Amino acid sequence: MTLRSQMTAEKNWAGQTMVTADHMLFEAPREKHFMTGSEVVKEAMKRCTVDASVSYPITPQSEAAHLIGELWAEGYIGTYFRGENEFGVMSEVAGCAMAGARTVTTTSGPGTLRAMENFPMWAGTRIPCQLILMARGINSPLTIQPDNLEVSFMLETGCMIWYAENVQELFDMTIAAFIVAEKPDVHVPIVTVVDGFFVSHTRESVMLPADDIALFPYDPYAAPLPPIDSEMPPGRFLRDPFVMKSNYISYATHASWQWEVRSAAERSRPYAKHFLKGLVHSVGDEDAEVVFVSCGTASHQSKEANRELTKLGIKSKVVKLRTIRPFPTAELLEATKNAKYIFVPEFNVTGWLHNEVLQALYGKSEATVVGKPRVAGGMSMPVEVILKEVGNFVKIEQGA
Amino acid sequence: MSVDIYKINPEFRSIMPKDIIDLEDNATWHATAEKNRGISDLTDKKEILEEHSLCAGCPEAAALRYILTALPIPEDTIIVNSTGCTSLMFPHIALHTVHSLFGNQNAVASGIKRTLDWRFPDTIKDVIVLAGDGATIDIGLDYTLQSFFRQEKITTICFDNEVYANTGGQESGSTPKGQVFKMAPKGKVFDKVPMWELAVTSGCQYSVKLTASAPKKVAKVLREAVLIARELGPTYIHLYTPCILEIGLAANEGLWEMKEQDKDRFDSFRYVSPEAEEYLKECKAKGIL
Ligand SMILES: Cc1ncc(C[n+]2csc(CCOP(=O)(O)OP(=O)(O)O)c2C)c(N)n1
Ligand code: SF4
Ligand SMILES: [Mg+2]
Repeated sequence: MTLRSQMTAEKNWAGQTMVTADHMLFEAPREKHFMTGSEVVKEAMKRCTVDASVSYPITPQSEAAHLIGELWAEGYIGTYFRGENEFGVMSEVAGCAMAGARTVTTTSGPGTLRAMENFPMWAGTRIPCQLILMARGINSPLTIQPDNLEVSFMLETGCMIWYAENVQELFDMTIAAFIVAEKPDVHVPIVTVVDGFFVSHTRESVMLPADDIALFPYDPYAAPLPPIDSEMPPGRFLRDPFVMKSNYISYATHASWQWEVRSAAERSRPYAKHFLKGLVHSVGDEDAEVVFVSCGTASHQSKEANRELTKLGIKSKVVKLRTIRPFPTAELLEATKNAKYIFVPEFNVTGWLHNEVLQALYGKSEATVVGKPRVAGGMSMPVEVILKEVGNFVKIEQGA
Repeated sequence: MSVDIYKINPEFRSIMPKDIIDLEDNATWHATAEKNRGISDLTDKKEILEEHSLCAGCPEAAALRYILTALPIPEDTIIVNSTGCTSLMFPHIALHTVHSLFGNQNAVASGIKRTLDWRFPDTIKDVIVLAGDGATIDIGLDYTLQSFFRQEKITTICFDNEVYANTGGQESGSTPKGQVFKMAPKGKVFDKVPMWELAVTSGCQYSVKLTASAPKKVAKVLREAVLIARELGPTYIHLYTPCILEIGLAANEGLWEMKEQDKDRFDSFRYVSPEAEEYLKECKAKGIL
């Protein structure tokens, strides 16, 4: 049986040498592997000195959750079990994190919505747990297809939201996520999103550091709120805001605390900038008039459109958003300052990212913002569909 | 370490409120008590519950005092609460407590218990759930029962007042059949849910139904439940704490009502698994019961 007490100053309980996040992410030598998003989640969590995980099956995240379970069986994770449903799981995760555990879970679509009441509670409780979200459509009718509508429901929960494009980013991002979420001046939950199937089930080459190194463990005693373990003063407090003494105290506490939760997420910016190497990544022509703003798989497809447009003699640029909460407003403004047409390709019916972009650019940009192409319910986004939208605004000479 | 969290920094002692100083000087902690803690401490020791804002005479308040005074190791006990009248008292408990959501108490407690077992394998950390009947039996039933199925080592206490009191007196699953409450204007049409029996079939090592009429009995049941949960698995206490407001009783009539029900809906029910029975004998022999 693995015991936490087996940990030494150099080695964690699994015998891995503990290293800083900078070493893990930027310095440690890497080797090439070929694996799916689900498999890379296992590799990332293996290197994170994770205390606790709770799981529940739902396609397409089940495999990642199984593999985290294997890590527990192999002695890398302290405690792991299958919960009763996603509402229960997210509450169990909350319990683990409150009691001082570095905690991870995974879910998708209907699971996210089943659990919804928990997410603002997580944020309000200032627990730095990580939810790896492998986006899938939301019923009804029944669907298991890739679609990221569920992310729109997460936007105002107070949790940070990051979005990875591919298997490599999923690896690096889920490691960085713990580090940033656990910063004492941040200390809010983090949701790392990938598009289900497109990333969870796609095998790609990835560069990974050796698996005999891992992050230093989470230190609950550096948290802005004491962990629930009876070891930390004061011996008299309430974990969440007062609702009972008077209406005045109640609203004052609740109001200020809600601002503070959002401010805490804001304070993650410099850390995220460092560990993600920028909140947005741009490729293409710096001064292009055609700009795609996107996240996840839509960025991948936008890059393909960028290559095709280059062949056709049209300059374009892709601005990939890596963080959604906090929203990279300044970076987006800078990256789109020369844009005449901004396209926001998305994998959902409502265009939540389009709305986010409109809000960020309102009154600050002259560009025409086009919330297209938009595919949903499992449709793919072939490059032709993107080019067609561009063609509605920019003359594309076929065969050029 | 745990009892140390009640120590006041000497520099601040002069400006500390009396109840905080009393907590350090005159509360009974396991680490400092000469004998097992219990009801008799109520007379001259500092309670770990301060003033509360329940209705005058609410039996929930009395019941919570009995429970807190009987905790085997309060300084290493975590209590998870749910939304309801009980949550009005929770800020006034001098322990690490949690209020998370309405109904998720057993799920949160499961996560806490497992993590504490992982982080402190050599220290006893008791985890207790204390919630109303609506929280335990209606909205949270899944999480209550699933924690029993999973054999989580926690004690679950239901303060059954047979009504959703905090939201103004609506029928709950625990309301007796026929009772007229809000949302049951023609009277409740189905029977009171026998949660104490469900607890047994769902795997509890110990399930007891009683009223809060006899303090010493409540204290004894609490102590047994916590000791068994620590070693063997889930334990359940179903406690009648009538909502005097909603059934139209005066502040001094709660006790009378509980005594009445000792003979009726809350006549004694006690299940102890054979393993738990053995274990209780051991505890008695060791003097911890
Ligand atoms: C998800 C959710 N649904 C409903 C409520 C409203 N609510 C708050 S307290 C309460 C009643 C609690 O009843 P019970 O658990 O029996 O405790 P009591 O107040 O009777 O002690 C209800 C329905 C809520 N807070 N959250
Ligand atoms: S409403 Fe009922 S249960 Fe709630 S405090 Fe008043 S008497 Fe007690
Ligand atoms: Mg009730």
